[in-house]
Amino acid sequence: MYNASDLRKGLKILIDNEPYIITDFQFTKPGKGQALYRCRLKNMITGITFERTYRSVDSFEQASLEQRVTQYLYKQENEFCFMDVENYNQVFLSAEQVGDAKNFLTDNLEVEILFFGERAIGITLPNFVNLTVTHSEPWAKGDSVAGDSKPVTVETDYVLRVPPFIQENEKIVIDTRTGEYVTRVKG
Amino acid sequence: MSPGSRAEGLSPEILRISSRKAALLLRAGLLRAIRDFFDSRDFLEVETPILIGAPAPELHIDPIEAEGGYLQTSPELCMKRLLAAGFKKIYQISKCFRKGERGNLHLPEFTMLEWYHSGIGYRELMTECVELFKFVAGECGSAGKIRFRNHEIDLERPWEYLRVEEAFERWSPIPLAKALRDGDFDIIMVENIEPRLGRNVPSFIYDYPISLGSLARSVPDDGRFAERFEFYVGGLELANGFSELCDPVEQRGRFRNDISARQALGKSCGPMPERFLDALGSMPEAAGIALGVDRMVMVMGGFSDIDSVVAFTPEETAD
Repeated sequence: MYNASDLRKGLKILIDNEPYIITDFQFTKPGKGQALYRCRLKNMITGITFERTYRSVDSFEQASLEQRVTQYLYKQENEFCFMDVENYNQVFLSAEQVGDAKNFLTDNLEVEILFFGERAIGITLPNFVNLTVTHSEPWAKGDSVAGDSKPVTVETDYVLRVPPFIQENEKIVIDTRTGEYVTRVKG
Repeated sequence: MSPGSRAEGLSPEILRISSRKAALLLRAGLLRAIRDFFDSRDFLEVETPILIGAPAPELHIDPIEAEGGYLQTSPELCMKRLLAAGFKKIYQISKCFRKGERGNLHLPEFTMLEWYHSGIGYRELMTECVELFKFVAGECGSAGKIRFRNHEIDLERPWEYLRVEEAFERWSPIPLAKALRDGDFDIIMVENIEPRLGRNVPSFIYDYPISLGSLARSVPDDGRFAERFEFYVGGLELANGFSELCDPVEQRGRFRNDISARQALGKSCGPMPERFLDALGSMPEAAGIALGVDRMVMVMGGFSDIDSVVAFTPEETAD
């Protein structure tokens, strides 16, 4: 149980039996009035956000959320299948829930999945992944208006810009938070 | 050692605090301007004790206990005792303390300017507040116009004066009477009214419901309201002023109400401020106002976070 004075950015609370994360928070107290807690809340399942102001007498249930380590297995129609590495249970996430993370999913990649009770609601990738370049246009100095970089396609069909010396079949490191090239995998 | 390598060796905390230099220079200039304003108008600068035995009982202000007494939540009671003792125009710049108030507009220890002027009412006090604000803005290099929170606030056009009741009629989803009955007054102020105050010109919102009258006297021909006002710039509350209530019986009754409301919420209470109530009978008619100095620096300098305008935040002094 949380009191209003426990509210802060990043706290996860339960509203109408759904988990919400506080994305913006402001303590305020209008002229000689009571303490008020202005929150912007994001539904962790639907992604819908709204604003609400709470008073100091309000209290909240903690949203019970758990991160579990899984391995990516395969994609089937509109679903992605993962395996819980502890109990070997299969876990499914919709394409919508996976979102842009699909650009970085390779077989057996370990990812964390967020559970709300028994329900899988979101995915957290490692910050860096190694992916193999499957296609690269030949590059000649002076070709590109964008300067010293060229587009390549990696094994997940994701397209990004890399330095011109990167060749097909090379492995590169990508930052999953920005989607950008970091370095070449050596050796 | 080159200056560059010295900067690289400084801790993030030192760098953060040194980045406040412009704000601290502005703050010093603003304090000087406030003193110049009041000194030129024959106000006496006073200092009253910060550690006191009995703060004014207020439902939503929690004092910090210290050495068997309390740190002042405002210098109001002591300054009014000075009025009763014959000091007619006084001002004070002092530290005030309010337990648990921390946010990007609140510090539990903050700087308050409070001034009292005998023989005038809240309307004349609002005018004095306009004159102070314009003077300080001029001294701080913001004559005529200030930029704060994406608003361009014109100080030269006529300022906005709005009764609380009118503000509710214009912007509240529910009538004032219902908001008061349901305990929704503060939420509506914060969500629907405050953001609209002082956007193009500074605003005064005045004539608060008597139940929120605090230490203000009631409007002579309408006992439903108190002669209390708040001053807003760019949606930010800067000051609270009253025509002071001089009736010790009425004041004791209001304190009693606040004390029992605090007890009902399980909040602690200090003793009844008897010395203040004794003096109140001898206090002349006067108007008084408390203005948040840190927030005034924010407004003058365009800072959106109160942490930007103090040398150290409370967290930065905790070891």
